[in-house]
Amino acid sequence: MRTATSPAGAPADLRLVDGSTVAVIGGGPAGSFFSYFLLQMASRAGLALDVDLYEPRDFLQPAPHGCNMCGGIVSESLVQHLAMEGITLPPSVVQRGIDSYVLHTDVGSVRIDLPLHEMRIGAVYRGAGPRDVTERRWESFDQHLLDRALTCGAKHIPARVEDVGWQNGRPLLTVRGGAARTYDLVAVASGVNSPTLKVLEQLQVGYRRPTLTKTLIREYRLGERAISDTLGPSMHVFLLNLPRLEFAALIPKGDYVTMCLLGEEIDSALGDAFARTPEVRAVMPLGWQASERSCQCLPHINIKGVDKPYADRLLFIGDCGITRLYKDGIGAAYRTAKAAARAAVFGGISEAAFRRHYWPVCRTIASDNVLGKLTFVFTQRVQRSRLLRRAVVRAVQAEQHVAGGQRRLSGILWDMFSGSAPYRDIFTRMLHPGLLCRLAWSVAASVGPSHAARLVREA
Amino acid sequence: MSPGALGKVYHDGEVIVRQGDVGDALFVIQEGRLEILSERQGKELRIRIAGKDELVGEMAVFEREVRSATVRALGEARVLTLDRKNFLRRINEDPSLAFRMVETMSRRVRELSAEIVRLKAALGERGVE
Repeated sequence: MRTATSPAGAPADLRLVDGSTVAVIGGGPAGSFFSYFLLQMASRAGLALDVDLYEPRDFLQPAPHGCNMCGGIVSESLVQHLAMEGITLPPSVVQRGIDSYVLHTDVGSVRIDLPLHEMRIGAVYRGAGPRDVTERRWESFDQHLLDRALTCGAKHIPARVEDVGWQNGRPLLTVRGGAARTYDLVAVASGVNSPTLKVLEQLQVGYRRPTLTKTLIREYRLGERAISDTLGPSMHVFLLNLPRLEFAALIPKGDYVTMCLLGEEIDSALGDAFARTPEVRAVMPLGWQASERSCQCLPHINIKGVDKPYADRLLFIGDCGITRLYKDGIGAAYRTAKAAARAAVFGGISEAAFRRHYWPVCRTIASDNVLGKLTFVFTQRVQRSRLLRRAVVRAVQAEQHVAGGQRRLSGILWDMFSGSAPYRDIFTRMLHPGLLCRLAWSVAASVGPSHAARLVREA
Repeated sequence: MSPGALGKVYHDGEVIVRQGDVGDALFVIQEGRLEILSERQGKELRIRIAGKDELVGEMAVFEREVRSATVRALGEARVLTLDRKNFLRRINEDPSLAFRMVETMSRRVRELSAEIVRLKAALGERGVE
């Protein structure tokens, strides 16, 4: 019997068994990681599972058909975690390795180098690249992960799930065209920009879509040589006192540069205003025109995760469940997907099992985001105060010039911009007395007008 | 080097870790090969060659002891460094990550056992007890 809402009183000891069927809605990183780890762990546990991965997009197509609308940064910590898992990211997928950040303000710029001088952050395209890409020189990141999942035995179904209901206590998926199938477990990894989430809210299993905000992602085609000569292997982060702008970055890729903006009521006009600033012009090649963009999108991102990313036979992973605030969304997809797979294989697939085995990882990310909000208050204060901007640039410059010295502020900014460390860790380091003293000294030293003139000259 | 190559490139003969150094990192080979050498009384003995995707240098990280061998690039090799702190924190969060390490170490124990059997057999043929 087909019903629209969840069956009441499902047994608490629901488990995956040999031959169980699993559907994964969404073939982005969360869906592919989940399928990969689920099949890997099931194999170790001696279970043969039948995994269908529903993904209508073709990641081999340029935007918008194959794009998952994302800045495309694989963080330093995620690169390491994937390497530990045996998942290496080849140069055919990573368009540019990043070894440093350059912080730009109106009072100067400062480069923050990684102590190891190693390419440890990957700039990728989730799909095949921007709308006007003509030559496929790099592989799609999402396709690379999807291929891994398929190699493990997942089956790709290139169709959009249009309806989710219940039949005899099991989730029933209906795809475009009308074909329907029941599953023992459904993992939803559809991101936050998918209409499927509205359908899932109507299942009455306690799922409510996350709180969202809009971002702006824009692509500029500059050519590989021009990017190497100007932006280089650095991510460029801007703390500019521009109305409505909270955070902006330029990420060098292969032939393109990705511009990412976060802010209030973000729109194309804010993107244009940012692109016209002297700080952006200073890092782009001579003759670059801000109006000559390749493509642009205004996707939503999750800024407050859901309260209950699970129900009997249902899991919500990645962005549609809980993710990290502003940074390292792909890293959060990896962590939640792996935790969900572990819970499903070893803990069970009931709501109680997910609460016990999956929710703790989600809760850790959610609590960390609370401290993340506090750390971003710091950058907002810096952004709004010229004096603080001067002090921060001065303090970081001083740290970078002393070989082998303590680089507390540089490390904090690095981890904030790269998303490489938990916010709890960053927040704790922000309260270090040594750092507070250095900042206080920098503020005092930055009051003089001669300092500002020197910084501008140096920049 | 391709602009998208992660890690660091070591040239032929370049040392990645030296026997006796304190180990605070381990390494994953992204491309190329590394040779693991034991230095004794001024002489080098090659223990094994490690290839793409292999982890090296994990023993010093787990045991908190100095490096037991020198690791050197055999031809050009690209290597990603994993921080000890990050590595141990992640294993603490997700113990299943250690599974790959156990698999690697188990395979090495198996290889070493086979090597001992081979050496003992060779010594036996020469009449050495």
